[in-house]
Amino acid sequence: MTAFRKLTVGLAGLAACAITAPVSAADDAQFDGTITLGAAISLTGKYSTNGGHTKNGYDMAVDRINSMGGVEVGDKTYKLEVTYYDDESTPARGAQLAERLIQQDGVKFVLGPYSSGMTKAIAPVTEQYGVPMVEANGASRSLFTQGYEYLFAVLSTSEQYLASAVQLRAELAEKDGMDPSEMTIAGVFENDPFSQDIRAGVIADAEEHGMELVVDDKLPPEINDMSSTLIKVKAKSPDMMVVSGHSKGAALAIRQMSEMRVDVPMLAMTHCDSAQIIQKFGDKAEYTLCASQWAPSLTYSDDYFGSASDFAADFEARYDYAPPYQSAESAAAVLVYKDAFERAGSLDKKAVRDALQATDLMTFYGPVNFDDTGKNTAKPMVLYQVQDGEYKVVAPTEYASAEVRYPMPKWSER
Amino acid sequence: MDNLSLLLQAPPLALQLVIEGILLGGVFALAAYGMALVWGVMNIINIVQGEWVMLGGFVAFALSQWGLPTLLGIPVAAAVLFAIGWLAYQTIIFRVVDRDLFTSILATFGLSILFQQLMNQIFGSDVRTLESGLGSWYFFNSMVSISQTKVLGFVLAGVIAVVLTVFMRSSRMGQAIRATAQNPRAARILGIDTDRVYAFTYGLNAAVCGAAGAIVVMAFTIHPYQGLIYTVRSFTIVVVAGLGNLPGVIASSFGLGVAEQFAGFMLGAEYQNAFVFLLLVVILVVRNLRLQRKREVLR
Repeated sequence: MTAFRKLTVGLAGLAACAITAPVSAADDAQFDGTITLGAAISLTGKYSTNGGHTKNGYDMAVDRINSMGGVEVGDKTYKLEVTYYDDESTPARGAQLAERLIQQDGVKFVLGPYSSGMTKAIAPVTEQYGVPMVEANGASRSLFTQGYEYLFAVLSTSEQYLASAVQLRAELAEKDGMDPSEMTIAGVFENDPFSQDIRAGVIADAEEHGMELVVDDKLPPEINDMSSTLIKVKAKSPDMMVVSGHSKGAALAIRQMSEMRVDVPMLAMTHCDSAQIIQKFGDKAEYTLCASQWAPSLTYSDDYFGSASDFAADFEARYDYAPPYQSAESAAAVLVYKDAFERAGSLDKKAVRDALQATDLMTFYGPVNFDDTGKNTAKPMVLYQVQDGEYKVVAPTEYASAEVRYPMPKWSER
Repeated sequence: MDNLSLLLQAPPLALQLVIEGILLGGVFALAAYGMALVWGVMNIINIVQGEWVMLGGFVAFALSQWGLPTLLGIPVAAAVLFAIGWLAYQTIIFRVVDRDLFTSILATFGLSILFQQLMNQIFGSDVRTLESGLGSWYFFNSMVSISQTKVLGFVLAGVIAVVLTVFMRSSRMGQAIRATAQNPRAARILGIDTDRVYAFTYGLNAAVCGAAGAIVVMAFTIHPYQGLIYTVRSFTIVVVAGLGNLPGVIASSFGLGVAEQFAGFMLGAEYQNAFVFLLLVVILVVRNLRLQRKREVLR
């Protein structure tokens, strides 16, 4: 028992230690100083996979900026660094570490954690100390209804996630000579804050088009079976089914719909890429529409990473896997900070905060423009479809790289 | 009421719900056998039950990644979990066998957290799943579908029930287990090595759960934090069936599976969990009332 206790203490100690990116002595010579960003990221616990993607995105952008001359503030040039802590996927721990970054480590600028829940825990701390936080992985709408002035999000908020899908459904109805209000939707949402925000967005979008939600199920997070819901969908025969249940929801939907032959003309969901539906399910994933914050085939570009596909190629070369959107948006958050530092011409927290508010920047990830609440209102969600084993952007139509394949053929015919 | 009228309009839907429930019950039955065995023989409420299922799924997943045929994961997961279960007994469980129930709950709860974090560290927090290569049967113009992987789980539950019954009655170890369950002190006096019996029982429990986990990773998905649902359902099933009642465990498992599917269909998916917990409370209350009646009769 004594040995186990020592091991436990040791592990706890490890978790609390700062993990600072390695510093090359030679690099320091060309810079006048260092700007340190703080980040409490989920390196262990239930968000550790996506926490890892987030960290990779931050590191990628920091290294790129430093290799291109760093950050110019006034007449000085600074090197960017990030101090990381592991929040263990626990909101209370995240808040504690944010306080530590600010109070003990003297960090004046914070990068966001992974997930809305973690961001909700950290935002009150950064707000209290007047420390700007640019976050890239907390999409929950309620983050932006608290009156925070130091919170900025580069990603689209959660109610926009499946807006493109409802819009596409309406467009396809008109194309078929039908009124959008005749369309019916089946909604399957995990019973957690993020997915319920998506549900609120779907309901609002559906009402706007006069569509009816004929199935509206809230999946318990613990359950890994949605067969009773799918039987309901089979009975109601909706014109579109939308699923938001993180990776688990996406994987389950594909598996069980193919097993039970639940035929719907359109299927749209979130988290297809992190669920790896193409790799896991192959042909069964065809025709699925996937909401995403970003895709490598988009035509956005910037001076640091080039085009979206350039970023994807560089990321894959560095980390040996294709970048999920979590990494892309995290890299964009660092670009936003660089832009703000240079426009502010100062490292004063308030000056940087005001510069962030005035951001009008195009990145490989998309345009960034914050409204008064800190939401990026310039970048739309994209919708892509699995076509021949690849993700193709099919909506919004102005960014589409392929035409949508509709309707999904029946399972018995595939 | 809208959902009820759907069932009346299309009876195959009700049939589909029953089938899904029974097949799901097969997986629950496997986990519940183990819980009943450990509770009955060792007087331990095994909170780590769901984690044995989860571990079995990850063993099968790892084997598949190494190129082994997917279905071979079931027996191999069972064997590996037997070894891990034996090891868990020899290091931790033996300390709590003769203690009160709260101590065993606390110890096995600690074990469950350990395994959750360990698997998260090794495999990450993403969901994992495997393709068994088996298809589905379809009836009534695809209105009713039966997944062959789930049928495999159902059949496995049946086979293991038979094998366990025969083993308990006919083998020396089985007889020793039953004797120890009845009166451990008397069994020790009569020369049975109860420590070995307990280790075997615990390993057997883990093995059965491991096989269940291998089915789960093919039929559903698996991730480090989903053990709780199997622990809770095992507990519910064992409470309903009683400790020594193997047929009762089977019947309760299928009943729970079917009831859960209908609750999900009629009330909505968010009530499936609530339904299970509510059912547990109701059953405990009913049992308590029955016990009171028995006491009155005895007086």
